Amino acid sequence: MKEQISFKLNGRPVQIEVEPFEVLLEVLRNRLGVKSPKFGCGQGDCGTCTVILDGRTVRSCLVLAIEVDGHEIVTLEGVMAKGEITPLQKSFLERNSFQCGFCAPGMVLSATELLAKNPKPSAQEIKKALSGNLCRCTGYSSIIDAVTDHTAGGK
Amino acid sequence: MPLVHDFEYFKPKSAAEAVKLLARHKNSSVLAGGTDIINEMKVGMSKPSALIDIKGLAALKKLEFKNGKLYIGALVTFSDIIESKQVKKRLPILFEIAEKVGSVGIRNRATLVGNICSAVPCMDSGPFLAAYDAAIVAQGVRGKRRIKAADWFKGVRKTSIKKAELVTGVEIPLPKKKHAGCYAKLGRYSGEDLAQASVLVIASIDKTFRVAFGSVAATPIRAYKIEKLLNGTRPDDDAIALAKSLIPEIIAPITDIRATKEYRMHMSQVMFERAARAALSRLDGNGPEYGESVI
Repeated sequence: MKEQISFKLNGRPVQIEVEPFEVLLEVLRNRLGVKSPKFGCGQGDCGTCTVILDGRTVRSCLVLAIEVDGHEIVTLEGVMAKGEITPLQKSFLERNSFQCGFCAPGMVLSATELLAKNPKPSAQEIKKALSGNLCRCTGYSSIIDAVTDHTAGGK
Repeated sequence: MPLVHDFEYFKPKSAAEAVKLLARHKNSSVLAGGTDIINEMKVGMSKPSALIDIKGLAALKKLEFKNGKLYIGALVTFSDIIESKQVKKRLPILFEIAEKVGSVGIRNRATLVGNICSAVPCMDSGPFLAAYDAAIVAQGVRGKRRIKAADWFKGVRKTSIKKAELVTGVEIPLPKKKHAGCYAKLGRYSGEDLAQASVLVIASIDKTFRVAFGSVAATPIRAYKIEKLLNGTRPDDDAIALAKSLIPEIIAPITDIRATKEYRMHMSQVMFERAARAALSRLDGNGPEYGESVI
């Protein structure tokens, strides 16, 4: 049975009718055209479907759309201010951190959440915070270096 | 991977309403963080006709130290536990365990109560509840009951929950004496992997010990034999070696996709030794920081 839900998506109010079985990731990608969260493993292991729900990263493949009624979702699209990439994203760009880019939205959001809680994380804390985001190109060093650069004041 | 079956969705405003819904819908499941149930539904392992989302029950978000007990409500996530200053100060071993669950994105959603309701043998909360003699608080139509952790776990994904009961939280009686612990978890990689084997050792200043194993039997195993051996002593190398030699009689690991039974057995012994030494040195105030891995 369809239900009307409303939530904030990247700062804008959204109203949409969803079936209880519709997963947030599918609704974002297929019905709302928000394409940064990717479908990877579909079971919460890889982190590429990461979105920020009320300030915390979650796996959008394991959240029902109906659960976000009344809540706030930020995707990578919403992290950029006025269409400009953030200093953290610039750091990723300078380090050429992403090869295929499939993990990039999740990596950027996970690093964004970490820095919001802990602006000066240690190398170990960066690794721990990103350990749930898998890079299929295995380019982890350049990803961790980018976050480290950024916390060191950036280049 | 879409969900392929239809179900009704309810979001009750009170525990009483949730229990009524559970009673009315015979084939219903409780939804909290969803990190287990949504996966189970995706692969067809669970096919509930109704999901009862309890996230509207604010009272279940309680994480509180009171009257010598720690109460963890059913909506307390592993991230809530990690970020709790009280937990870090008064029960740092729980911080260490919570930090080893899944990854940040999972811990932001997954709850400790959900972990023990799913009762997958590799759950990280199982050895903890067993070692601390926790009680599981379940609310049914006729009221509340408390179930001892030792009676809670019944088998692989099986608990002693009854139809139309909602687990509202767990109560952990805090040892009165100063104590320290260490939780060692073996996985293939650090983010998101399930335990291949895990060991929890608690050492108290009054020379009593608590030891529990996870992922090496259908349910968490409390190692009373080892505790009996160590109690009343300050274990030396010989005592730890003797305790290690008892482990094969206590645990019953199996071979599956993540490890062989031989590897699990061997590593349980290695991890027990390291966890015991770390717990003792933490008790002395010179051990590794909580959260630092011993394997």
